[in-house]
Amino acid sequence: MENLKVRIWRGTEEGGFQDFEVPRQESQTVLDVVTYVQRKCDPTLAYRFACRVGVCGSCAMTVNGVSRWTCRTHVDKVAEDNRVEIAPLRNLPVIKDLVTDMREFFDKWAKARGRFSGTQMRKDGFAKVSPESKERKRIEAGIECIGCGVCYSACDVVTWNKDYLGPAALNRAWTLINDVRDTARVERLAAVAGDAGCHACHTHLNCTERCPKGLSPTAGIAGLKRAVLAATLSGEI
Amino acid sequence: MSRRTEVLLWGAQRITAMVLALCVTVHLVTMIYAVRSGLSAAEILGRTQGNIGWFAFYTLFVLAVAIHAPIGLRTIIGEMTDARGRGIDLLVGAIGIGLAVFGMRAVIGVFSGGGGA
Repeated sequence: MENLKVRIWRGTEEGGFQDFEVPRQESQTVLDVVTYVQRKCDPTLAYRFACRVGVCGSCAMTVNGVSRWTCRTHVDKVAEDNRVEIAPLRNLPVIKDLVTDMREFFDKWAKARGRFSGTQMRKDGFAKVSPESKERKRIEAGIECIGCGVCYSACDVVTWNKDYLGPAALNRAWTLINDVRDTARVERLAAVAGDAGCHACHTHLNCTERCPKGLSPTAGIAGLKRAVLAATLSGEI
Repeated sequence: MSRRTEVLLWGAQRITAMVLALCVTVHLVTMIYAVRSGLSAAEILGRTQGNIGWFAFYTLFVLAVAIHAPIGLRTIIGEMTDARGRGIDLLVGAIGIGLAVFGMRAVIGVFSGGGGA
């Protein structure tokens, strides 16, 4: 097989693409390609990975313009004309090459009040939450989010609105709003309301399309819009 | 702008969008009908002059536009440029008022009639 022609982003936000040639292998993933380049061509290439089997989300990058997990992206599925272009995730500051600064992603998680608040203590025993309850079924998929940042990278509104909390943070807020054990519903609804919150979502569905775990942050955000409007009209927030 | 106001503006955007979906459909169908009947000022005015139903319909249309457009513009301006804040709010508010004034002028114009083409 002909060598793969690879372009990889080097530098920070300022920088450029560097060309490499990588021998093709059967069932080769984009992460395999990046690893090959770092080991055999240029040891100064910076990139993140961990599990390399599609469970941790660390290897998320932009491949041929699409945000995805590189360990779960087969080269033969994405290489057009034997070429692959690899860049860091969008919408995040670039530390070096393919490594982004994830702090704003998690700061927004906190701003959306994406943390659980409860009042039960150890002595109170387990909370009984039926898996068939409507709240629990609503968040069946959403609770599986591992914070990989692909949705945040894919979202156009994140690109256009620096304050927008983003799909992952809002998805997390949605799962907590529907957690019957949680006691911070009002504060959380207030946290996700307004121009920087759920109302900024234009329902483009980029996040839902790109989520490697098949979640739909868009659905959760739609739920938040309803919940926030109801709470605003009733005076709850 | 307070969070509460932002939420209520979003709600108003959604509601006027529903109203506009209806109004635009009726308007489009009417336009197609008017074109097919031979488009002329006389034909149109024959329908609208003195007709309280059309007057009410187009008043609703104009008011829905005057609410929907500024809210949408505010968001789009904020996303496509870095312009946000009081100044932009006042600008789009003025555009909304302008749309209402000129829109109602037109609605009243085709309703009130007689005396020259």
